[in-house]
Amino acid sequence: MRFNINGQRLEVEVDTRTSLLDLLRDHLQLAGTKKGCNQGACGACTVLVDGQRINSCLALAVQYQDRKVVTIDGVGAPGSLHPLQEAFVEHDGFQCGYCTPGQICSALGMADELARGVPSYVTEDLTAETMALTHDEVRERMSGNLCRCGAYNGIVEAIRETFADAQAEGPKREAA
Amino acid sequence: MTPFRYETALDASAAVKLGAASGAKYLGGGTNLVDLMRETIERPDVLVDVSSLAGEITDGDAGGVIIGAGVKNTTVAADRRIRERFPVLAQSILAGASGQIRNMATVGGNIMQRTRCIYFFDDAARCNKREPGAGCDAVDGFNRNHAILGASPACVATHPSDMCVALAALGATVRVEGPGGVREIPILDVHRLPGETPHIETVLQAGDLITAVVLGANGVAPRSSYRKVRDRSSYAFALVSVAAGLELDGETITDVRLAIGGVAHKPWRAHVAEAALKGGPASTAAFRQAAEAELAPARGLRDNAFKIELATRLIADTLEKLSQNAETAR
Repeated sequence: MRFNINGQRLEVEVDTRTSLLDLLRDHLQLAGTKKGCNQGACGACTVLVDGQRINSCLALAVQYQDRKVVTIDGVGAPGSLHPLQEAFVEHDGFQCGYCTPGQICSALGMADELARGVPSYVTEDLTAETMALTHDEVRERMSGNLCRCGAYNGIVEAIRETFADAQAEGPKREAA
Repeated sequence: MTPFRYETALDASAAVKLGAASGAKYLGGGTNLVDLMRETIERPDVLVDVSSLAGEITDGDAGGVIIGAGVKNTTVAADRRIRERFPVLAQSILAGASGQIRNMATVGGNIMQRTRCIYFFDDAARCNKREPGAGCDAVDGFNRNHAILGASPACVATHPSDMCVALAALGATVRVEGPGGVREIPILDVHRLPGETPHIETVLQAGDLITAVVLGANGVAPRSSYRKVRDRSSYAFALVSVAAGLELDGETITDVRLAIGGVAHKPWRAHVAEAALKGGPASTAAFRQAAEAELAPARGLRDNAFKIELATRLIADTLEKLSQNAETAR
């Protein structure tokens, strides 16, 4: 099967039963993406596919051939962190760090959804062209990512600082 | 997970040919099916990937829309036509799952998803859905999330979809392509009540593939909303949800649509309440009485009797809020 992971084209032979998560971790040694619940409840395995966030544990790898997959390994690297990663450090957006790769990838996808004007369940005016990234909007839009350490306040602040400020500067921005 | 063969179909008729084979299952986003396969509750021999088919939302007749079955849930909720003409549908989708899952899940898969009854997922428990005739451990077990309407001694599971509750209220039609051709089925007729055969969940036959959901314009849709009560404020299945639409002429209800989620084996259209309200006054007392009439046949189990009063209040309050918004709009 042919894959496009973090800008690299790869050919790997795996069983049709292999999840995208297990492909990344066990076959490609991209262990940045974490396995938490392995049933779509915790969000630790979140990656971006064609810019959209998904749970890689619920994805069969065979379904994602030739799609542009970006994992946390493709977002930033030591010494060249993504601004969102810097903000997580700044705001104590983690303790143990296990959920962080999923939180970061999910927030990048979330910011892109916001830039495209996708509403959320707490959006007051469903027909609005744009939504402000309020505390409640972040909490609702990030509810698919659990943090057992309870670092939510730091996570929300890091996300708001990175994207709400950018939102205030201009109506359109690139998320990732 | 048991081994399976993976096939992709280039169009619906090719998919139906593959899907009609014994042991074949259609694969959309996989958010429910892959999970069930991992638990070996689903054991297909062949997966027919239909996720790249029917991926468009197009204009239907006179203000209606046709939503391809392969459209992702996020895309439906973000579509401007849906947000403006069918707000209850956009809200219901946004009330369900998480951002990640809505990006994966398809409209067809949302309709065909299976119950989240914990005894259905636990193969150490008895479940008439998994093994017809085995018995049901939910009836006398932990059944806080289970059905209060239309259940049977064989099964008290609920249908988990939020989207389908809105589709039920809107009176949507599901377009199905099968070995015998194309047909359209009202959403209310797609899912079955459990009776003695809870393992037969829909009227679809082997090879039947949902290709679209057809929504016609109607007077209640623009003033419609979805309310959901759950054990946490986001990313949880409904204890009770309500999809409601209201059309008023002054203080008189000219049309009303109501459906309830989290209460039955299928999205529950509140025909009794609708009939009680239509043509009558839009008053707090009328809303409450209609809700009580709808819930009159409801039966609580050990842990879920609270849903009867909860559903009654949620219906009454949702209608109350819609009627107030209607006044503001005038």
